[in-house]
Amino acid sequence: MKSVWVALASRRYLVSSWPWRSYAYLLSSVPVGAITIAVLVAAVGVSTVLSPLIIGILMLTAFPLLGVLIGVVERWRVRLMLPGGVASPHAVMPARMSRRERLKFRRREQASVRALGYGVLLGTFVALVSAVFAGLSATVLGVTLAAPVIAEHDALAMGPWTLDSDGEGILFVVTFGPAWYAVTSYILGCLAGTEAELAKALLGPREEELQRNVAALRRSRLDLVDAFETERARIERHLHDGVQQRLVGLTMTLGLAELDLPEGEGKRLVVKAHTEAEAALADLREAVRGIHPRVLVDLGLEAAVREVADRSPLPVDVRMALPSRLPRPIEAAAYFVISEALGNVAKHASATRCEVDGWIDGDRLVVAITDNGVGGADPAAGTGLTGLVTRLDALGGTLDLSSPPGGPTRLRMECPCRLDD
Amino acid sequence: MLLREGLASILDRAGHEVRDSVGDADTLLAVVRKNPPDVVITDVRMPPGHSDEGLRAAAAIRADFPAMGILVLSQYVADAYLSSLLESTSGGIGYLLKDRVGHVTEFLASLDRVADGGTVVDPEVVRQLLARRRDDGPLAALTPRELEVLALMAEGRVNSSIAEQLVVSEAAVRKHVGNIFAKLQLEEGHDRRVSAVLTYLRR
Repeated sequence: MKSVWVALASRRYLVSSWPWRSYAYLLSSVPVGAITIAVLVAAVGVSTVLSPLIIGILMLTAFPLLGVLIGVVERWRVRLMLPGGVASPHAVMPARMSRRERLKFRRREQASVRALGYGVLLGTFVALVSAVFAGLSATVLGVTLAAPVIAEHDALAMGPWTLDSDGEGILFVVTFGPAWYAVTSYILGCLAGTEAELAKALLGPREEELQRNVAALRRSRLDLVDAFETERARIERHLHDGVQQRLVGLTMTLGLAELDLPEGEGKRLVVKAHTEAEAALADLREAVRGIHPRVLVDLGLEAAVREVADRSPLPVDVRMALPSRLPRPIEAAAYFVISEALGNVAKHASATRCEVDGWIDGDRLVVAITDNGVGGADPAAGTGLTGLVTRLDALGGTLDLSSPPGGPTRLRMECPCRLDD
Repeated sequence: MLLREGLASILDRAGHEVRDSVGDADTLLAVVRKNPPDVVITDVRMPPGHSDEGLRAAAAIRADFPAMGILVLSQYVADAYLSSLLESTSGGIGYLLKDRVGHVTEFLASLDRVADGGTVVDPEVVRQLLARRRDDGPLAALTPRELEVLALMAEGRVNSSIAEQLVVSEAAVRKHVGNIFAKLQLEEGHDRRVSAVLTYLRR
């Protein structure tokens, strides 16, 4: 059974564990409530006495932390009534925060104050109501069960009846016992269920707190994408300032050597070395383009896509209707999708034409790459695109491939183009 | 550093005087204003930003000294950068991959062309421009040989150099050039023919 409300509607309610769970929940709220209110009253008392000193003020500001503790205990106890448990409303804190920062963060959370309020309610009203109802029914039930034993020795007055023999006691247990159990079980089940709902409402996460966690997750994924972007830029810079410059220096030296050497085997070898150094430079340029394309950084998506299109062995029509610049991670994602797609078209599609369209639809960037090739492209086969899907996912974007056998193949990328909300 | 020293020694050998050798765009502008040279050679990427300081410095120099030759070197060339370089066509301009410096004779010839007010564009850029225009318009009417000649023209070569490269007579090159100008409907003019070709290609 998922909750007491479902159980109450069931015909098997009285023989299930739910009446006993309700008893346990209500009765356990009495000591827990009492301890809670005692601690709170003591804490208020101490901080009032100490309030002329700075420590008293500090204690008052730390009260929400008591709420955090109450929340932990009560979310654990409420599992008696709500076996699924209640999720914590507290935000997940970044791992790098110090203990002091963590306490400060928790102290300022609305959820902590709410839990403190719940603690006051628990220690006064909830514990009292629970004590009266559950205590009374438990006592009456206990006395009823013990009625034959008591009645044997003494006359026992139960409401309008007076029992003065063990026979009458047994008769009373058999007739009144089940009736009392049935009636109180339903009443206590309703009461315990209501209290559990109250705990859930005050100790569980609210809509905006769930939203906030989603937003925090999204931010951390964006941070990750940003970190990759920064790292790529760093690698590119490193290659540019280091290896590439050295290779350029090498080609210059070889070029000068060629001028001085007489025709012959030595010169032939130097010319060969020069050609090889240039090939290495060209390879390195190609690699750098795959890591962090310069045109994209300097001039934006359209210029960079035109450049990739020019490099493609088949004619590519590029039609882009975009504002000057988009956020960097989005430009980069779109660029690599287009670059990968054009590479795939050239390799697999047997196409004679390809079109790249880009436009803004509302607040989304849409890019479509269409070819007139043979179709039948398998999205799982292109490992290059799989990585790009992950990257797009972090930006909240999607990638759809439609490639019926016989073509045409159409790859469509959509991505929100504002990152700040 | 490494590159500047190599370049300086190549220029020295060829009998050019190296006026100043500096490491960032601001200092470059300062020394050019103080002691104007015939030609400025600059990298596209320079400290502090390592993005396109060289291009911006070139534009600033062009504004102050319209006739000064400017040769821009880059680790990486793309036709998309051409527009900012060719905005004004008064002085000589060059845009080359750094690799080309290693081919000392050709590099020095390019430098001379820039100093004389000519335009030199890296073959890689020309290849990109030709690739873009391959399937439509009047360019489709050119024969493969004429396309070759056009590419060499766009690099800023004169007819004799093209003839040498293609191992044909200069008269044959003149005939090709005439056909190209006719097919592309370009005004013929000896000085500006590179710009004319590039302007056409970038259209």
